Amino acid sequence: MIKINNLSKSYCNKPALINASMSLAPGKIIGLLGPNGSGKTTLLRILTGELRADSGNITIDGEPLSTNTKARISGLTNTDFMPQGMTIDQAAATYELFFPDFDRSQFHSLLADMDLAESLQISSLSKGMKSQFALALAISRRARLIVLDEPLDGVDPVAREEILDLIAKGFREESTILVTSHLIHEMERLLDEVYFIREGEVQAMGDVETIRESKNISLDELYREVYRK
Amino acid sequence: MYKFQDGIPIYTQISGELKSRVISGQIKPGDKLPSVREIAEEFSVNPNTVQRVFMELEKDGFTYSERGVGTFLKEDGNMVAQLQQQEAEKIRTRFISEAKKLGLSLDEILKDLANHWEQGGTQE
Repeated sequence: MIKINNLSKSYCNKPALINASMSLAPGKIIGLLGPNGSGKTTLLRILTGELRADSGNITIDGEPLSTNTKARISGLTNTDFMPQGMTIDQAAATYELFFPDFDRSQFHSLLADMDLAESLQISSLSKGMKSQFALALAISRRARLIVLDEPLDGVDPVAREEILDLIAKGFREESTILVTSHLIHEMERLLDEVYFIREGEVQAMGDVETIRESKNISLDELYREVYRK
Repeated sequence: MYKFQDGIPIYTQISGELKSRVISGQIKPGDKLPSVREIAEEFSVNPNTVQRVFMELEKDGFTYSERGVGTFLKEDGNMVAQLQQQEAEKIRTRFISEAKKLGLSLDEILKDLANHWEQGGTQE
């Protein structure tokens, strides 16, 4: 279990995250949904170690977050920072050097499903293809936690479907996938559990099927209901 | 991509779709069902949701699973008829309540149905 306890973070006195708590069980795809600027990325960057929280703590299977636990967390890599002349195959081989938990055979099969040729140069990839490539890399690691920050952002509706498929396919029992999005409706079919976030405050909403069953509403509607003034 | 209705559990909708495939003969008694992964991919949903579909189908007596082999539709001669009847009941309930909302009488409805039975049903 990954426990996030009362995490707070401010930028120059402006609170970005206020006492956020979450609990992430393995074998689940968990959504952190809310509008742009609500604190989603801040929370993920604390998880991946790119930012430090002002207060609160995170434990991964009982161990506090540290350089030790960092290896158990996978995130999206911006492919613009990779050598643009490399082919997908070469870039994957390099990625594997950094991350020994990389499952190359899964990566190959995900790429094949998307009809993305491994001989393509990174510089020749469209924006949608780059998103798919980065996502395939991130979810092919046998990591304890895979964080995906806005994987649907800037991607056209057709490619969005492919990205959702990719997440469903690459998902494995021993990992937790934590995915953020402001596109609540599109994410809905993929999620086991959901948290809402607004102005830095995180609210646990629980099991998504239970929400549909007990309230007969979609997540979109629930979001509006929760934050109606 | 498969279109789900809002506000209804996804596992209910997938199990409904699988049942309608049994009624239409796409899945036959004794057939092995596709794996959880395959169905998850087909509907672009989380494999956990499909796991729940399989649990419900087994609990309701439609399927049985063999460890390491897969899940099979039972060899039950009555199953198709039974599913058909369940589906017919749902359509009837909805139909009657909609017709009553419109203020139609049973006589009017029967006449209307008789008039349109032959050419009807092709739309949709």
